[in-house]
Amino acid sequence: MYEIRWHGRGGQGAVTSAKVLADAAFRSGFEGVTSQPSFGAERRGAPITASSRLAHEPIRILSQVTTPDIVVVLDDSLLGVANATAGMKPDGTIIINTVKTPAELGLDALLRVVTSDVTGAAETAELIVGGQPMVSTAILGAFAAATGLISMDSVEAAITHAFHGPAAKKNVDAARIAYECAHA
Amino acid sequence: MSDRVSVMTGNEAAANAARLARVQVIAAYPITPQSPVVEQLAAWVESGELPAEFVAVESEHSAMTVCIGASTVGARTFTATSSNGLAYMTEQVWWASGARLPIVMCVVNRAMAAPWNVLNDQQDSMSVRDAGWVQLFCRDNQEILDTTVQAYRIAERLHVPVMVCYDGFLLSHTMMPVAVPTSEQIDAFLPPFTEPFTVVDPSDPHNIGPVVMAEPRADETGATRGGYMEIRALHHRALLDALDVIPETDAEYASAVGRSWGGLTWEYLLDDAEVVLVAAGSLGTQLTVTAEQLRAEGIKAGVLGIRAYRPFPVETLRGKLAGRRLALVFDKALSYGYEGPICSDLRGAMLGTDGAPAVFGAVCGLGGRDVSPGDLAQAARRALADLDAGARTREPDWINLHLEG
Amino acid sequence: MSEISMSRPAVGEAGRTGDWRNNRPVMDTTRCLAVKQGKVTCQICWVYCPDGCIAQGVGPIIDLTYCKGCGICAQECPAGAIEMQPESIHGVCAADEMGEAAR
Repeated sequence: MYEIRWHGRGGQGAVTSAKVLADAAFRSGFEGVTSQPSFGAERRGAPITASSRLAHEPIRILSQVTTPDIVVVLDDSLLGVANATAGMKPDGTIIINTVKTPAELGLDALLRVVTSDVTGAAETAELIVGGQPMVSTAILGAFAAATGLISMDSVEAAITHAFHGPAAKKNVDAARIAYECAHA
Repeated sequence: MSDRVSVMTGNEAAANAARLARVQVIAAYPITPQSPVVEQLAAWVESGELPAEFVAVESEHSAMTVCIGASTVGARTFTATSSNGLAYMTEQVWWASGARLPIVMCVVNRAMAAPWNVLNDQQDSMSVRDAGWVQLFCRDNQEILDTTVQAYRIAERLHVPVMVCYDGFLLSHTMMPVAVPTSEQIDAFLPPFTEPFTVVDPSDPHNIGPVVMAEPRADETGATRGGYMEIRALHHRALLDALDVIPETDAEYASAVGRSWGGLTWEYLLDDAEVVLVAAGSLGTQLTVTAEQLRAEGIKAGVLGIRAYRPFPVETLRGKLAGRRLALVFDKALSYGYEGPICSDLRGAMLGTDGAPAVFGAVCGLGGRDVSPGDLAQAARRALADLDAGARTREPDWINLHLEG
Repeated sequence: MSEISMSRPAVGEAGRTGDWRNNRPVMDTTRCLAVKQGKVTCQICWVYCPDGCIAQGVGPIIDLTYCKGCGICAQECPAGAIEMQPESIHGVCAADEMGEAAR
């Protein structure tokens, strides 16, 4: 089983990321998937977390993820605020939407860090919602590249299922760009 | 025609069930964590995918009132609520069951105020367990969908309303794979509702729900009309009939759709279990992981899941628990001033049974306090230690409480 | 431990709400009416701040620890002295802030 913790800000779409990932993972062959927000009042801008689990049998654990294999950070400003690496398994991976290097972000050199300019990818794909680049689906491209657990085809199918019309295409484009520019 | 499997939340599963059941009238008031159920149904009514009447009401009390009115004239009705919303409609919850109306309501379990808390526990459902509804608890999102559909069959056969309870946030807002049956499959399982007790017919007018006296008395033809106690005894009998109707309905659903949920209870690693972990709802799902952890340490643990809490499956529980060493009952609620409700009921049911286990209780998850399978395993180890030390009774064990600050 | 749920309307009761911002108010003191007149006047930003994060002054002082970046002060300032700027250009990373404090 893979345990994933997402860090985002209310309104940034971290919950959507977790939802679409669950769908993409299911399409990629994971029979057991769950995704859930950290439960409670959600306010725009407030740091939030979401939890996902992927396995090849049904998931029977519903408590919040505390020892993640994978951490996804939608906004690098959260690194100073939310204890994003807390409980990470020693061979875990942290995926961050950023243009900075792991050293610039102050991350432990032993961590496996994958960065991708997902904000830039969203801007390039003209995926702007309410004046802000929407990174929530695009970051799944970085996730696919960093972990190899889900295929880009499944990401595209999940995104297309969740969004309709021209919005779906922009989300898919952004995810593809984020996939291409992810690097360890 | 096979199911389409998609990843969805418990609330979406409930909404899909109401749609498949072809509900005709929906009246509900939003409350966290139920709101998405009603929002989805409203969207389907708006788009025409669900040809139902959606009545926007200003409170939960009115929501149940509208359901009572609609069900009285034979419409298949649906509502959903949580916590304080359920409390607000409580007098109508009692009315619906005493009036023998086959309403189905999803209760998305949430803690009661005061203090305010939007997160999960089972206190809301427990607060109305005596009100004469069938109460079914779901362990995952697939069961939510299947049980809500089954609920209509159960309700309409018995003329008793059915409450389908599922954990707020843990299931309502958590996505997991759910197979959605086809309309053809559900239509074959669930015929239209055509036989209400009340037939509103201008050529044969009735007074529906007049005052009833303490003693039986003759009606206008000389036939005996029951007093309050007779009417309540017949209501209670219908709930006891549910002990058969619930498993029968589950079996019929299995024939139609290919899935069954165990009827009144379900079990995991129970056969040779000496320590039985008992709970209703998603806690049961987590307990299956706990049982595996304990087995790996040499403790013969098993899980007995309560699916039907009302009617309380006394005979089933006696049969499955006789000869065990310990039943540890996990309640996400409390009868304040006493102990967990499921624990009391179970201990009472086992009294006088040959080979009855010791029954200990644990209280957990109040107000959404996180509970992991590991926490549940530690509670089991504590219970066994108490039992081995000679305790035959003990106070409920509060899991993860931090009174010291 | 209190037996009922109660709280005081104290600074920071809801946590470090300044961490929630995407944009922060930046005051151009050359435009601020209080600064231009050298006295505590106007103060409309202080009046309108829904979170009480602005203290009266010449010019008023915004507490960035708690300012959520709603932009109402910028909207209401009659002199257009407040501009909302993205957090990203101000280097929100904790490492940056610690570095600034050190300098």
